[in-house]
Amino acid sequence: MLPEIEQYFRLEKLPHMWCPGCGNGIILHSLVKAIDKLCLDQDRTTIVSGIGCAARASGYLDFDTLHTTHGRALAFATGVKFAKPELNVFVLTGDGDCTAIGGNHFIHAARRNINLTTIVFNNNIYGMTGGQYSPMTPNSCRATTSPYGNLERPFNLTDLAIAAGATFVARTTTYHAKQLTDLIIEGYKNKGFSLIEVITHCPTSFGRQNKMGTPADMLKWQRDHGISAMRYENLTPEERADKFIVGVLHKTEAPEYTTEYQKLLEKLG
Amino acid sequence: MSTEPRLVQGNEACAEGAIYAGMRFYAGYPITPSTEIAEILARRLPQVGGKFLQMEDEIASMAAIIGGSLTGAKVMTATSGPGFSLKQENIGYACMAEIPCVIANVQRLGPSTGVATAPAQGDVMQARWGTHGDHPIIALTPSSVKEAFELTVRAFNLAEQFRVPVILLMDEVVGHMREKVTLPQPGDLPVVDRVKPTCSRENYYPYKADSDKTPPMACFGEGYRYHVTGLFHDESGFATEKPEIIDWQLKRLHEKINQHLDEIITYSSEETADADLVVIAYGGTARAVSRAVKLARQEGHKVGVFRPQTIWPFPEAAIGELAASGKKLLVAEMNYGQLLLEVQRVAAGRCEVHSCLQSNGELTLPDVILTKIREVYEHAPGN
Amino acid sequence: MPGTWEVRLSGSGGQGLILAGIILAEAAIIDGQNVVQTQSYGPAARGGASKAEVIISPEEIDYPKVERPDVFLGLNQESVLKYMTGCKENGLAIVDSGLVNHVPPSKARVYSLPITETARKQVGRELVANVVALGALSALSNMVSKESVTTALLRRVPKGTEDMNRKALELGFGLAEQALISAVVGEN
Repeated sequence: MLPEIEQYFRLEKLPHMWCPGCGNGIILHSLVKAIDKLCLDQDRTTIVSGIGCAARASGYLDFDTLHTTHGRALAFATGVKFAKPELNVFVLTGDGDCTAIGGNHFIHAARRNINLTTIVFNNNIYGMTGGQYSPMTPNSCRATTSPYGNLERPFNLTDLAIAAGATFVARTTTYHAKQLTDLIIEGYKNKGFSLIEVITHCPTSFGRQNKMGTPADMLKWQRDHGISAMRYENLTPEERADKFIVGVLHKTEAPEYTTEYQKLLEKLG
Repeated sequence: MSTEPRLVQGNEACAEGAIYAGMRFYAGYPITPSTEIAEILARRLPQVGGKFLQMEDEIASMAAIIGGSLTGAKVMTATSGPGFSLKQENIGYACMAEIPCVIANVQRLGPSTGVATAPAQGDVMQARWGTHGDHPIIALTPSSVKEAFELTVRAFNLAEQFRVPVILLMDEVVGHMREKVTLPQPGDLPVVDRVKPTCSRENYYPYKADSDKTPPMACFGEGYRYHVTGLFHDESGFATEKPEIIDWQLKRLHEKINQHLDEIITYSSEETADADLVVIAYGGTARAVSRAVKLARQEGHKVGVFRPQTIWPFPEAAIGELAASGKKLLVAEMNYGQLLLEVQRVAAGRCEVHSCLQSNGELTLPDVILTKIREVYEHAPGN
Repeated sequence: MPGTWEVRLSGSGGQGLILAGIILAEAAIIDGQNVVQTQSYGPAARGGASKAEVIISPEEIDYPKVERPDVFLGLNQESVLKYMTGCKENGLAIVDSGLVNHVPPSKARVYSLPITETARKQVGRELVANVVALGALSALSNMVSKESVTTALLRRVPKGTEDMNRKALELGFGLAEQALISAVVGEN
C-alpha cells in the first residue's frame, strides 16, 4: 500500500474479506486517493454503507463509518447529512443493495438532490449470498437463481439517476481506476446528489457462472466494452450494441436539499 | 410557552413534549392516526432550529433518525401499526448499535390496514418482540394528554440515558383526544442528555461500558472516527463471530435495562390498598376503567386500578405483589389478550386473573367493564 | 352552568364540527371548567356522518367519550339517525331544519332550527353554519357563557374573518332566543 494512503485505512482490519481477484479493493483504493487529493478532514468525513460485499468497505476505512441495514445506506446517510451538513458523506453500496431493496431510497435521494457522493459497486450479482441475479444482472446471464439465464431486464442505473434528479452522474469500471478517482473527486465537488456507478468484476459469483475467465480477463472485457463518449459517438448502432460509455454522463445544477433547509432556518431564525 | 391552561391534543402534546426534551431531528412518513405529530413538528422544528424531514417511506424514516442520532441530535419518528411493522428491522439496528431514539406508535386497529381512524391496543406484543433477535425494549404508554407530554419527555430521557430506542405506545384515543392541560415550563421536568466520552480517540471503545453497562456515545464528526454496525461487534465496534464476545454483548444489552428496572418502571396505582379486585389497564382503556371502577365503588365493590405507564419492561414486581396478596386481577385492553399473557405469567396461579377484551375499533364502554367487574363478584366463591 | 355536560356535535365531514367542538371546549376552559374533546370519523374528510364530542365538567373527567348526550347537534339526516340515540331525558337536541327531515323519537327537547339557511342567507356563507349552530346550542343550554364562546371563537378563526364569524355566532344566539320564545308561547 502506498504510504500516502495508509493513514485512511484501519490497517489492523486488513487483509480484507473479499475473494482473491475481486474488484472492490480497486474501488476502495480509488476512493481513498480521491479523498487524499481533495484533502478532506478525516474527522469530518463519514462513510456509510449498506449490506453486501461492497458494504464491508466501510469497516476498513479510518473515518466515522456506518455499516447499516440492507438497502438503507442512503436513508441513514440522508439522516447524517441532514443533521450535520458540514460533514462530507460518502455512500458505498452494491447493485443489489442500491437498486433492488434500496431502490426507493436511491430515487428519492436523487430527487432531493441531497449532497451525498454515492458509489455503486456494480458487480451484476449478489455476491455475499452466493451469486443470485440482481436488478443489474444483464438479460440472459446466469446466476444461481437464473440457472436458465436471466429473463428480466436490468436497470440502466445512470439513466434512472438522471431521470430521478441526480445532478452528477458518471459511470466507469474497475479497469479505469484512475478515471474513477477523478470521477469521485468531481462527484464530491458537485453540490448535490452524485452517482458514480462502477462496473466491478466478481470472478467468484458472476464471472464463473458466466464463463468470463480469469479476473484479468474480466478487466480486459471492461477495457474493451467501456469506452469514452467520443468513441461511442463514432460507432454504428451495431457496434454500440455491447458497448457502454465511461466518464461523466450528466452534470447539472439544482437546489441542494440541506442548503435549502438552511435557508429556511435562517429565514425563520 | 404559556402558563395558562389550554386545549391540547394528545399528538400535539407528544410533539411539544419532544421539543421540550430537546428533540431537534424528526423524520417520518404520513400515517393516520399519528400524522398530527409530523404536521406540528414540520411547523415547530424549523422555528427552534431543528430539522424536519419527510422521508420516502417508513423504513427510510427510521434509518434517517438513526443517522441523525449518530451526529448527536435527539431524534424521533412517529407512526402507526403498518408503519411500525415496517420500522422493525431498523429498530433492531438501533438496539444492536445502541442508538438513542424515540418511536411514537399511535396504535390503530389492525391487522394490516385495519381501520385507520379506529383505536386499538394490538401492538403491545409487537412493541416487545417486533424485531428479530432477542433484546430488551422500553415502551411507555400514556392515558391522558398531560401524560402524553410527560411520557414523551421521559421516553427521550430513557433513550439518552440507556442508548436505546424507546417506544411511546400511544393509541388513537389518547392521540386524538384534546384535554385541558397546562404544559410544563422549562425546568419543571428533568431533561437527560446522553453521556459523551471524555477520553482521547485512542482510548475510546464505543461499546465498552462500566458497571452501569451503558457506554458513553461519541458524535460523528468529533474526531473519534469509530465504526457502527448491526453485526455483532466487540468493544471496539467491529464485527465478530466469537461466541464469548456475542454472549458478553447480548447479556450487556439486557443488563443495562434489567439493572435499572426501578428507575425505568413507573405506574399509577389507585385504591388498590383495600381492593379485593384490581383492574389492570393502560392507554385509552384506562379511562374507561377509571369510570367503571368509580361506579363499582358506588355499588360497594372494593375495586382498584393499576395502570402501567411503563409497559415494557413489564412491571413484574408490582403485579407480582398484587398477585401474592391474593387480590383478583382483571385485565382490560383493546386486543384479544396481550398484556393479559404477562399478567397471567406473573400471577402464576397465585390469584384469579380475569379479562375484559375488545378489539372492534371502539373504545371499550365503562358499562362493559362494570358488567365484567360485577360478574367477577357474582362468581366469587362464597357469594 | 354547574354539573357535567356531555355534548355530541354531528354532521357530515367538512361541516366544521370538530372546530365547533374545539371552540366549545375552549370556551369552557375560559369559564374555568375541565374539558375533554374527542371525535370519530371515517376515512373521508368530506361527506358521510362524523361526530365531535365535548365533555365539560367542574370535576376531573375520566371516560373521554360521550355516552348519553345532554346536548346533541345534528347537521344532516344521516348523522341524526346514526348519533342521536341515547340523548338524556330533558336533554337538548338541535337539528338543522333544512337538512334534517326525519327526527327519531327522543326524550330530549328537540329544536329544529334553520342553521344552514341562516348562514347562507344572512351571512352569505354556508361555511359558517357550524358557528351559527355553536351560538344556538350554547345559548339554549347555557353550558358556556356567551362572552367565553365569543372569545374562544375569535381566537380560533382566521384573521379577517372575525366579523363574519361574530355575526354568525350572534345569529345563532338569536335563533336560540326565538326558539325559547316560541317554546314559551307554545306552552301557553
